[in-house]
Amino acid sequence: MSEFRMPSLGADMAAGTLLEWLKQPGDRVARGDLIAEVDTDKGVIQVEAFTTGTLERILVEPGQKVPVGTVMALIRDDAVTAPAAAPPGAGPPAAGPLPQRVSPLARRRAQELGVDLASIQGTGAEGAVTVADVERLARGAIMPTATPAVDDSAARMRGAIGAAMARSKREIPHYYLSNTIDLGPAMAWLAEQNQSRPVADRLVAAALLLKSVALALRDFPELNAWWVNDRAVRQPSINLGVAVSLRQGGLIVPALEAADQASVDELMRRLTDLVARAKGGALRASELASGTLTVTSLGDRGVDIVLGVIYPPQVALVGFGRIAERPWVVQGAVLPRPVVSVSLSADHRVTDGHRGALFLDRIDQLLREPGAL
Amino acid sequence: MSREEIRAAVLHALGEVAPEADLAALRPDVPFREQLDLDSMDVLNFIIGLDQALKVAIPESDYPRIATLSSCVAYLEAKVSAGSSFVR
Repeated sequence: MSEFRMPSLGADMAAGTLLEWLKQPGDRVARGDLIAEVDTDKGVIQVEAFTTGTLERILVEPGQKVPVGTVMALIRDDAVTAPAAAPPGAGPPAAGPLPQRVSPLARRRAQELGVDLASIQGTGAEGAVTVADVERLARGAIMPTATPAVDDSAARMRGAIGAAMARSKREIPHYYLSNTIDLGPAMAWLAEQNQSRPVADRLVAAALLLKSVALALRDFPELNAWWVNDRAVRQPSINLGVAVSLRQGGLIVPALEAADQASVDELMRRLTDLVARAKGGALRASELASGTLTVTSLGDRGVDIVLGVIYPPQVALVGFGRIAERPWVVQGAVLPRPVVSVSLSADHRVTDGHRGALFLDRIDQLLREPGAL
Repeated sequence: MSREEIRAAVLHALGEVAPEADLAALRPDVPFREQLDLDSMDVLNFIIGLDQALKVAIPESDYPRIATLSSCVAYLEAKVSAGSSFVR
């Protein structure tokens, strides 16, 4: 018998509220199946089963707030007939047997607006109904009054971000480095690729930047680590946390697992899916807890250099600024080139500036040969 | 397809990526990105939406030409009326 517990999405999470069971006693569950929806300070997330078997018994009812680690259900193991579990990073689990996928926030929003979910054709990941779908249907009837539940979520998310960042600044001796990279080869490669691709298959520069960071981490495993019990523990998988700004305010950092092993195309597909689900409130617990280094970019907002705050227990963060044409000296001539600043915020307990500088240089080298990423 | 139909399709595609936006208040000659806080993923999703709705090929090199509501509608109108050689 396996225990299904309230997950921890970080050291600053103490408790969560069960919103809904997506499986009922007697239902078969496979590892990776979405089994429950939980409301946390980081938003509403969907929690996967980490074992295969039959849901035996439910111990926590919807609406109950319980501490992290509380056993919420029991799953009778059924290893003999279990399908092989997908390794982390092999992509999202297959869609569950639910007749209609509805993101938790969308369900809540539909209740607030009195919208019948059955009348909506979802446009989110795997056809999921999103908040946007609900609001589109209700548009015209929505009053610009406050929505207490959403406002409360935003306040709690701001509190969670504040707690994590305060802890980071209090405990982690940050050092910061930045470098300016000539993205000429990368942008030319990208333009060439996108010229022949259908629009839905086009790439954005972020996919190349993420892949270059993931590959560089292979050579600098000390930066792909968690600080646990007063020591750095290198992580076996390179899971890039991607900072996603939410349109309603706040920030969430789901991870692209095993990002170094994905092709640029696969990374782009997974990034698109991850961002859509982050904005639609349909992330999975594992995606919020598995990041080993965070990448953040504010270049789309015109920022030149990002000097970020490390997300504990991680030990480093990479920031990208705006890709812009600048004067650049090439073989003695000043030419306009697309350049970007890349920064590293790193934990001085784990690495020194020398290694950090080499890491940034490695990212630069990788981006000079985009076709090899 | 009329200019109004194209405009409606553009606004619909924008609404998909920025559902909270008041599209009625959109200023026609100010870039979408400035008004709607769009990032590069939003822009790509907007263009995918236009592609699906209008079946018009929009090469990446033309993205600057669809940066505002006015220029976007004019660009798409020209594409649509230019005939099948431009239509995907």
